[in-house]
Amino acid sequence: MSDSHAPEHDYHLVDPSPWPIVCAVGAFLMAVGAVKYMHELPLLASMPGSYSVVFYIGTFVVLFGAYSWWADVIKEGEHEGHHSPIVQLGLRYGMFLFIISEVMFFVAWFWAYFNASIFPTEAIGAVWPPQDIQTLDPWHLPLVNTLVLLTSGTTVTWAHHALQEGDRKTFINMLIFTILLGAAFTGIQIYEYSIATFAFDANIYSSTFYMATGFHGAHVLIGTIFLMVCLLRGLKGHFTPKHHFGFEAAAWYWHFVDVVWLVLFVSIYVGGAGIVGAH
Amino acid sequence: MGSEAHGIPTGWRRWVLSTNHKDIGTMYLIFAILAGIIGGAMSGLMRGELMEPGIDFLTNFTGGDVEAAKHFFNVLTTGHGLIMVFFMVMPALIGGFGNWFVPLMIGAPDMAFPRMNNISFWLLPAAIALLVISIFVEGSTYPGVGTGWTVYAPLSTSGHGGPAVDLAIFSLHLAGASSILGAINFICTIFNMRAPGMTLHKMPLFVWSVLVTVFLLLLSLPVFAGAITMLLTDRNFDTYFFDAAGGGDPLLYQHLFWFFGHPEVYVLILPGFGLVSHIISTFSRKPIFGYLGMAYAMVAIGVVGFVVWAHHMYTVGMDVDTKAYFTAATMVIAVPTGIKIFSWLATMWGGSIKFETPMLFALGMIFLFTIGGVTGVVLANAGVDTAMHDTYYVVAHFHYTMSMGALFSIFAGWYYWIGKMSGKPYPQFISKLHFWVTFVGVNVIFFPQHFLGLAGMPRRIPDYPDAYHLWNYVSTVGYAITGFGTLVFLVGVYMTLRSKERVGDNQWGEGATTLEWTLSSPPPFHQFNELPRIK
Repeated sequence: MSDSHAPEHDYHLVDPSPWPIVCAVGAFLMAVGAVKYMHELPLLASMPGSYSVVFYIGTFVVLFGAYSWWADVIKEGEHEGHHSPIVQLGLRYGMFLFIISEVMFFVAWFWAYFNASIFPTEAIGAVWPPQDIQTLDPWHLPLVNTLVLLTSGTTVTWAHHALQEGDRKTFINMLIFTILLGAAFTGIQIYEYSIATFAFDANIYSSTFYMATGFHGAHVLIGTIFLMVCLLRGLKGHFTPKHHFGFEAAAWYWHFVDVVWLVLFVSIYVGGAGIVGAH
Repeated sequence: MGSEAHGIPTGWRRWVLSTNHKDIGTMYLIFAILAGIIGGAMSGLMRGELMEPGIDFLTNFTGGDVEAAKHFFNVLTTGHGLIMVFFMVMPALIGGFGNWFVPLMIGAPDMAFPRMNNISFWLLPAAIALLVISIFVEGSTYPGVGTGWTVYAPLSTSGHGGPAVDLAIFSLHLAGASSILGAINFICTIFNMRAPGMTLHKMPLFVWSVLVTVFLLLLSLPVFAGAITMLLTDRNFDTYFFDAAGGGDPLLYQHLFWFFGHPEVYVLILPGFGLVSHIISTFSRKPIFGYLGMAYAMVAIGVVGFVVWAHHMYTVGMDVDTKAYFTAATMVIAVPTGIKIFSWLATMWGGSIKFETPMLFALGMIFLFTIGGVTGVVLANAGVDTAMHDTYYVVAHFHYTMSMGALFSIFAGWYYWIGKMSGKPYPQFISKLHFWVTFVGVNVIFFPQHFLGLAGMPRRIPDYPDAYHLWNYVSTVGYAITGFGTLVFLVGVYMTLRSKERVGDNQWGEGATTLEWTLSSPPPFHQFNELPRIK
C-alpha cells in the first residue's frame, strides 16, 4: 500500500483469496459432471471411473471452497474485528437481498404450479388435481409438518431472544430444539414422499409437486446446516448479545423457508387436494 | 491485518485472487472484449451465409453437408445472442464500468463484498467455457445448440436430444449466479457505502442506472434459473412442465423466459443511459438537465419493464384483451425513455459542446437508440406485430437498441474513462476513425434490415428468395465495414496501452464533476482511505 497511514474508515477491505476461483472451478466441474451423468459426453467417454466422478469431484471442490471461505469470514468477523457496525449493516443488506432472490426463485415454481392448476388441460382431464392423481391428505402429515416448522420458527426466535439477554444456556438449548424440529420436518417429508401414490414422472401434477416441495426441502436442509454451524459456533463461545449476525442470518433464512412452506401448504396441499391416496 | 500491511499483491495472485474492484473491473473489460470478438465473428459467419441466396458458405465448415450447415446457422444465432448478452454487454457495462466506477463515484474504498466480487467474475469464464463446449457436442442431429438464445421448448426439449442444450443450460445457471451475486454486491455497495453527505438524490446518474439495473437482475434472474431448471428436468428427469402430453404447457416457458428476458434487455441498456448522461453533461459543460427526472425515469423504466413481457409473445394465441394490455403497457415505457432523450438534448442546448470521441459515441448512441426506440413503439402494437413478428424488422429494431445503443455507450464509456483507468490517452485520430467507421458500418448493416423485415423476410433462416438479395448483400457489406471498425478499435486499444504520454487527474476539465476525477489517473490501489465529504 503506497499510503503510509491506515484507512480512516470502517469498511472491510478483504485480503486476496483463493476461494472464489476454487468455487468457480468446482462449479464448472459439477456442470460437466452433471451433463456426463445425463449423457455420454464424447470428451469424457474415455475417462476412467464411474460416470459421475467428475460431478463428485466438483461438488467436493465447491464444498471445500465454501467451507474455507466461510471459515475466513468467521475468522475475520469473530477474531480479527473486521466486522464493524457498518460492515454488519452491509451483511444485513446482503442476506436480505439474497433471500429476495430466493423468493423469486420460488416464484418460478409457483408460477408453473398455478399455470397448470388454474387452467388444467385436457391431457389431465381438465380438472385439478388430475384425474388419475390421488393426493396426500393435507390435514394429516402436511399439517403436522406445518406445525413442526412453525414451532421451529418460534424456538429459533426464542434462541435469539435468549442470546440477546445473554442467556447462553437457553440459546444453545433452543437452537438444538430448532435443529431437531428441522430434522423432523425433513424426515416426515421423506416419509411422505415414500407413501405418495403418484410417481415423480406421472404428469404435471407430480412435476410441480415434487419439484416445488423438493426445492423447499433442499432449502430446509441448507437452513438446518446453517443452524448447525451456528450451534457449533455457539458452543465454541462465538456470538455476543450485541454482535451475532451469523446467527441472525440463519434465523432469517429459517423464517424464509417457513414462509415458503406456508404458501406451499396452502396452495399445493390444501388448494390442490383431491381424492386422498395415502395418509 | 488487511492488505494495507502487505502492500499490493503482485504477479498472478493480484489478478486471480483479486479482491480489488478496479482489478476485477479490468478483468471484466478484457473478458468482454474477448467475448465480443467471438460473438462478432459468429455474426460474420451468419452475414457471410446471408450475403447470397442459397446455402453455400457455411457448407465450407460442414464438409459440404447442407443440412449440417442449416443447423450450424442456428447454432451461430444462438451463440451470438447468448455471448453478446451475457458475456459481452453485461460484463462490459456492469462488471467492467460498474465495478470500476460505482465505488469511485460514491466515494467508497471498494465494493461491499470484494471476495464475492471475484467469484462473480470467475464464474463467467466457467460459463462461457460450457457454452463453447456445447458447440462441439451433439445438439440435435448435428453438434451445437440451435434453439436461439431464448431456448424455447419444445425445440430445446424434444428437439435437441444431445448434451449440448444441457451444457448451455448450466452455462446460463453459472452466468446467472454470477449476476445475482454481483447484483447483491452493487446494491449493498450503493446503499451502504456512499460517502458522508452523498444522499441518494445527489448520487451520480451512472450509479443510479447501475442500481436500477441490478435490481432488475436480482428480481428476474432467479425466475429464469427456475425456468431453465424446469427445462433441464423436462429433458432428463421425466417432468412435464413444458410437455402438453402430461398436462404441461410450452407457453409457460415463454412466460417465464420473458418475465426475465424483458427486464434483461433493460439491464443491457440502462447502464448505457447512465453513462451517456455523464458524457453529454461533461462535453456540454453543463449539469445534466432534470437530474431527478432522469433518475426516476430509469426507475420507472425498470418498474414498468417487469409488466410488459408478453409483448414478445403476441403471436402465440393470447386473448385479445391481454394483447391490448401489453400493447398499452409497452407504449407507456416510451414516456420515461422520451424524458431521457429530451433531457439529453436539453442538456446540450446552449452548452459549450466539445466533440471529443466519447461525445461522438454518446451522440451516436442517442441518435441510433432513438431509431430503435421508435421502431419499438411500432412493434409494441399487437396488431402490427402480428405481421412483423420474427421478421428482420424485429432484428433491425433490437440491434438499433442493443448493438448501437448498448455498444455505442460501451465505446463511449471506454473512451471517457480509459484515461482514468490506464493513465494514458487514447489516440485522437484512430478513435474518431473508429467512431465514423463503426457508425457508418452498423447503419449499413441494420437499416436495410428494416426493408427486409417489412418485405417479410423471416429471421433465423439461412436462405431466402432472390428478391431479398440486394439488401442482404448491402447488410453484409456493412458487416465488413463494422469489422474494419473493430480492428481500428483494437489498434486504438494497443496504441493507448503502449502510449508514453500520461493524462492528468481530470482530463475533461470543469464539465467532469464526479468523484473519480478528483483521483489520480490511474487511481491508487486503494482510494478514499479518508472518505470524501459531499457538500
